[in-house]
Amino acid sequence: MESKATRVLVRTAAMLVLAFLYIPLIIIVLYAFNGSISQSWPIQHWSLEWFSRAWHDQAVRDALLASLKAATGATVIALLLGSAAAFAVHRFKFFGRDAVSFALVLPIALPGIVTGIALASAINYGGDLFGMQFGLFTVILGHATFCIVLVYNNVVARLRRTSLSLVEASQDLGADGWQTFRFVVLPSIRTALVAGGLLAFALSWDEIVVTTFTAGNVQTLPLWIYGAIRNPQSGRGLVNVVAMAVMLASFIPVYFAQRLTRQTDAMGTTGL
Amino acid sequence: MHRLLGVDAEVDRDQGLTKRTEPRTPTRRLQLSAALHGRPRLKLALLLVPPIVWIGVIYLGSLTLLFASAFWRVDELSGTIVHDWGLQNFRTIWENEIYHTVAFRTIKFAAAVTVIDIMLAFPLAYYVARIARPKSRPVILLLIVMPLWSSYLVRAFAWRTILSHNGVLDWATSKLGLGAIGIGYSDTAVLIVFCYLWLPFVILPIYTALERIPSSLLEASQDLGAKNATTFRRVVLPLAKPGIVAGSIFSFALTLGDYIAPSLVGKTQFIGNIVKDNVGAANNAPFAAAYALIPVAIMAVYLTVARRMGAFEEL
Repeated sequence: MESKATRVLVRTAAMLVLAFLYIPLIIIVLYAFNGSISQSWPIQHWSLEWFSRAWHDQAVRDALLASLKAATGATVIALLLGSAAAFAVHRFKFFGRDAVSFALVLPIALPGIVTGIALASAINYGGDLFGMQFGLFTVILGHATFCIVLVYNNVVARLRRTSLSLVEASQDLGADGWQTFRFVVLPSIRTALVAGGLLAFALSWDEIVVTTFTAGNVQTLPLWIYGAIRNPQSGRGLVNVVAMAVMLASFIPVYFAQRLTRQTDAMGTTGL
Repeated sequence: MHRLLGVDAEVDRDQGLTKRTEPRTPTRRLQLSAALHGRPRLKLALLLVPPIVWIGVIYLGSLTLLFASAFWRVDELSGTIVHDWGLQNFRTIWENEIYHTVAFRTIKFAAAVTVIDIMLAFPLAYYVARIARPKSRPVILLLIVMPLWSSYLVRAFAWRTILSHNGVLDWATSKLGLGAIGIGYSDTAVLIVFCYLWLPFVILPIYTALERIPSSLLEASQDLGAKNATTFRRVVLPLAKPGIVAGSIFSFALTLGDYIAPSLVGKTQFIGNIVKDNVGAANNAPFAAAYALIPVAIMAVYLTVARRMGAFEEL
């Protein structure tokens, strides 16, 4: 319907907006190779020095390990609970079924700071009651809470498109419940599970707000970055490199999740 | 389906002709399967209890505790939380000008960010949905989705570098003969960064809405004699509205709750900063809880209105 001029105009505007989205990311990559202490532009001299410094920095290594542990723990919990909830909602009718998806999406729909301070006050309360302490465990607890919905949404969307007759056929052929699950259901939802898990990992990997309120003394990579930005003495050159690494690392799970769900499930904003 | 081989392997081997000599002893797995068979309630309970406990007890419990704590106070001498119920925190908010200023500033920014993001998002969403070649569509979508899911902190940090004194922007404006523009650590900087951070969240629902419009509808409009502008205004825009509203939920809600971006690229305080400071340095968690109820209340109203406008189908 558009005239030629409109198309060119829209195309130009679209490309400008895309450039707006990506220029800062390119800047991050460039600054990782900044050899001088100053953050001014243009970069005075290029260097790989900060890469090896970052790699050998103990605080960065500890933070990397903490981030990997937190993201793995949160992803595992999200996979188990998210798919269980998806099966329950898909297969059964029960009182409060609509409330389930609403409750699951709440941790991500409310501002992160609300989820963060709510969990923090609960952990404090748990500390009074039975000696609960802030640490990696509470970080995982917080991350899992907002990651469940990602797996749930992906799996429930897939289950809706999977015909129940396959399951019935499997049962008619004499498969027991486990075999039906293992050989019929699981293959059909596998990519949805993987995609949900990857997104959960990606979201946990660079989450900072909820983490701030649940971490105690544990430092994840985003917390380290935030501290280093606000305290330039501690790691001006390091933070450029670590920031780039965190960004590029988070692209990997997102890329694969997108490929797995492309055209089939809605990934985009589902669950956010 | 071919993986069913695992099921009928035994049948395969002897073509089902050999007489079975030993009866198969039921394995534990079969027993479990039999125990669950015909007991949907039990299956449902097994599936539902873990997520319900997690979200229903841990999370909703935490939220309830938070709302309750908004009515508590901190003992000034010991610094511990005292559970005597009262409206003192809300009175503090009501009586202090600064808390109004910060709340209104945050709402104003949320509204401005939403409007700007819709204007930026629309051409890109329209381009991907209706103009881009089908081949390049998934690539552009991927380019939009990647920043959405990743490195919100790093992307804010990138802008700190760009906007700071002698940074990329100062350099660019000097080259253009405008002189160093120097907007680092200003409200403008915060506005730009908010717009940047939430833009992908606004693009995708608008894209989803635009992509669903059948071409035949646009052709019909033209056949009936509408000019392009009229078709856009009377057909495309109304159909895109639920997507626009859905996108605005994100930009609005995310701005209301954020404290990271203002703390990295700005100097003024937003709702999130006040909440954060009261949990941390000021050690007044009950007040933080009370103040955090403001964005929650605003979003509750916003979501109710958005739901009426059909925005939830686009999420």
